[in-house]
Amino acid sequence: MLYREAGQFKTTYAADSALFPILQDKIGIVLILLAAFILVPLTASDFAIDSILTPILIFSLAAIGLNLLTGYTGLLSLGTGGFMGVGAYACYKLATFFPGINIVVLVIFSGFFAAAAGIIFGLPSLRIKGFYLSVATLASQFFLSWCFIRVPWLYNYNVSASIEVPTRTLFGIPITGPTATPATRYIVVLAIVSIMTWLASNLIRGRIGRTWMAVRDMDIAAELIGIKLYQTKLLAFAVSSFYCGVAGAMLVFLWLGNAESESFNINQSFLILFMVIIGGLGSLLGSFLGAALIWGLPIVLRTVPGFFNLSIKAATIEHITFMTLGALIILFLIAEPNGLARLWQIGKQKLRVWPFPY
Amino acid sequence: MHLLYQIFIDPFVQMGTAPDLFVQTLWEGLVTGVLYSLIALGFVLIFKASGVFNFAQGIMVVFAALALVGFYEHGVPAYLALGLTIVLMLILAVAVERLILRPLVNQPEIILFMATFGLTYFLIGFGELIFGGDPKVMISGALGLPSGSYQIKTLGGFVQMQKIDIAAAIIASLMVASLGVFFQKTRIGRALRAVADSHRAALSVGISLEQIWVIVWFAAGIVALATGIMWGARSNVSFALEIIALKALPVLILGGFTSIPGAIVGGIIIGLGEKIGEFYWGPLFGSGIEDWLAYVIALVFLLFRPQGLFGERIIERI
Amino acid sequence: MRAPSGPDIAVGDVLLSVENVSLSFGGVKAVSDVSFDIRKGEIRAIIGPNGAGKTSMLNVINGFYHPQQGRITFKGQARGHMRPHDAAYGGIARTFQNVALFRGMTVLDNIMTGRTLRMHRGLLWQLLRHGPALAEEVEHRHRVEEIIDFLKIQDIRRVPVGRLPYGLQKRVELGRALAMEPELLLLDEPMAGMNIEEKEDMSRFILDVNDYYGTTIALIEHDMGVVMDLSDRVVVLDHGIKIADGTPAEVKKDQGVIDAYLGVAH
Repeated sequence: MLYREAGQFKTTYAADSALFPILQDKIGIVLILLAAFILVPLTASDFAIDSILTPILIFSLAAIGLNLLTGYTGLLSLGTGGFMGVGAYACYKLATFFPGINIVVLVIFSGFFAAAAGIIFGLPSLRIKGFYLSVATLASQFFLSWCFIRVPWLYNYNVSASIEVPTRTLFGIPITGPTATPATRYIVVLAIVSIMTWLASNLIRGRIGRTWMAVRDMDIAAELIGIKLYQTKLLAFAVSSFYCGVAGAMLVFLWLGNAESESFNINQSFLILFMVIIGGLGSLLGSFLGAALIWGLPIVLRTVPGFFNLSIKAATIEHITFMTLGALIILFLIAEPNGLARLWQIGKQKLRVWPFPY
Repeated sequence: MHLLYQIFIDPFVQMGTAPDLFVQTLWEGLVTGVLYSLIALGFVLIFKASGVFNFAQGIMVVFAALALVGFYEHGVPAYLALGLTIVLMLILAVAVERLILRPLVNQPEIILFMATFGLTYFLIGFGELIFGGDPKVMISGALGLPSGSYQIKTLGGFVQMQKIDIAAAIIASLMVASLGVFFQKTRIGRALRAVADSHRAALSVGISLEQIWVIVWFAAGIVALATGIMWGARSNVSFALEIIALKALPVLILGGFTSIPGAIVGGIIIGLGEKIGEFYWGPLFGSGIEDWLAYVIALVFLLFRPQGLFGERIIERI
Repeated sequence: MRAPSGPDIAVGDVLLSVENVSLSFGGVKAVSDVSFDIRKGEIRAIIGPNGAGKTSMLNVINGFYHPQQGRITFKGQARGHMRPHDAAYGGIARTFQNVALFRGMTVLDNIMTGRTLRMHRGLLWQLLRHGPALAEEVEHRHRVEEIIDFLKIQDIRRVPVGRLPYGLQKRVELGRALAMEPELLLLDEPMAGMNIEEKEDMSRFILDVNDYYGTTIALIEHDMGVVMDLSDRVVVLDHGIKIADGTPAEVKKDQGVIDAYLGVAH
């Protein structure tokens, strides 16, 4: 009843292919954005913002990056962590060399370095397909991880091999470094993530998105249409790594405030991959849902025992988290391989015909 | 110019001037390679019979080793602990078949691959929960494995060979040989090969897929246990081993995913390549190139021969 | 924007000629020294018993298989072998025996992919979408909708192709090939697995495409009735060798053809 599309007719093809064609969806997204930009900073606690919302947004962006490569183009990548790291360290070096330039500009710019790394490690995709290609991405992950430790220039020769983020401002307000408030950093992250998500959605709906999906579904037929496989795959690597790089830079500069090579190791790659799998391959919404679930799960598991007045060791919680994650992945793959996004779609379907069953 | 000398000439000079060191490095590489092969063997077994790339093979190695040590620490005599661990691996195989493989039958391979990711994380959490996360010492003595080493005077110096390494090489060879015989000569082995070729065809001649899968995962579990014992005997048993299992991937790329001899040859090549590379070229780059050298070797290899040394050529028909 | 072409070929002139092409896989000879031509504007059928090498022949024309001997001359340009991208760029489109649609996409998106070669707005415009990229998208959407109307698949636009019945999938695949505005359309058993009504529909579509768009068509087909009704000329292959070449009436009477189909040893 509430969610009927009846009476909403599109008169132009442009309107037909809009991001939110249904009026209720349009209203919904505006409300969500308003709440996110205005309501949350005013009402949510610092803890909620810094421990839940900001990281979920950042990981969502990384998940979108991986989704573009794996979900839309079908190239399984185990190197996400490494590319995030390239963005982070690039941003750090840029901030060191150009202290005067606005940090947001630098964060975006560091994405290009990650994109370059993505192209380099995507070069094998000319000859290598499918599963073997994911091994190439493993090579990139381990090599980059090694670089983050063994190339001291990257962390300005700091003895502890970690990087500390300097204070930078935007419009006079500190947004990085120890003096920046969680709310300020959150808004910057939210802005960047929103815009980049919108850009990604534009790509997906147009020629490039279709080209990627064609390569994913049947590359032989794609060639026949005239699609140049190699260029398409490299573009996917580049754009995907760009997104991961920006996410990595934000991770360090706008959230943690510091980092070591551990933050960008193989476990990070797996984590993002799980977000994409559970959220739904080939779905931008899924990237957000997956990030929220994977990030939120340990937090929930940590606070639930408190409700029942049970005290469980932190280490035990971590073990249980791993087990739950593993079990969840298997469950999702069995029950709904298309992930949370598909569940959401089914939910919307039901909502469309509510209160009728079908 | 000096750099070129360092890369192309110097290492070989070093090999020549200290041949005993060179042989030592070769030996180390061989031993590591044998262990890599064992891990790869587990992968090949499962991939051959079910088309699943079992990402959890590495954690199974750790899990088996931890279980063994765990039983022993609770007072169970060594060989009984061994037997119990074997039973445990059987239970694991049955559980995996029932809970993961059966519900996902007919799904594309990539889905099954991702399911083994889930299995990995589950086993990591489960293992840490039960056994704790601290590194443990393998009960090699109690199992009757030799310790100490042989020192051979040769080539102007001496080469040291740990007895445990020799034992590892022998056990690995026995394992491979018996698996090879099993596959070729026995009825079940034939059935396994049939299943590897085509699930549908195997079903239509009355082979029970479920049984085969349990057998194969069990066999992989045994291999994992052997690997865990051997590896744990040389260094401790900890969850770091899990990452080492990823090294099996380059081995499989070289040797092909479905070939047992390939796993051996691939393992040895990777082991040798890594050790020699690290020892003679490593200092040029700063240490630790072992972390990624194997993958780069595999990558280069893939560019020239996408199906590995022994793998089957994939011909795409339209 | 049309794909580039060589000298303009008039209707009735040779559009594509296959000259002494031989193709083997390992030791198996799929095609032996086959030569024939396809004239602009005609419907050319390639027939023969199973395993005659018909699909292999199509794959050679397309650029998937590279013949060991012989060459293809397309629009006056001779080459040892084609690459699939060049074939597409030159105006050759094709459908497959086992439908090669993009299963993860809707009908509309599948047909839109056929317009890829004609869409040029680059990455930056695509990121923005609003403006030139969207205008280009809408322009091509018009063309695609024409094809959708032509094939009468309006009501399944948004359905993921994986869910469609076989007959409709084949129609969508035809639509995708048509979206490329090809000069030469290669159809590999377009009627396979269809019932009589579906065959009649497909036959009408093929004839309409030939009439209305002037597209030259080469089709592999097993149904003799279809071949006789639709085609202007027929090539008969058997065991990789050409055994007949002419109008349907001529070919029907050829003793060699009759023997091949009845399985008489020669």
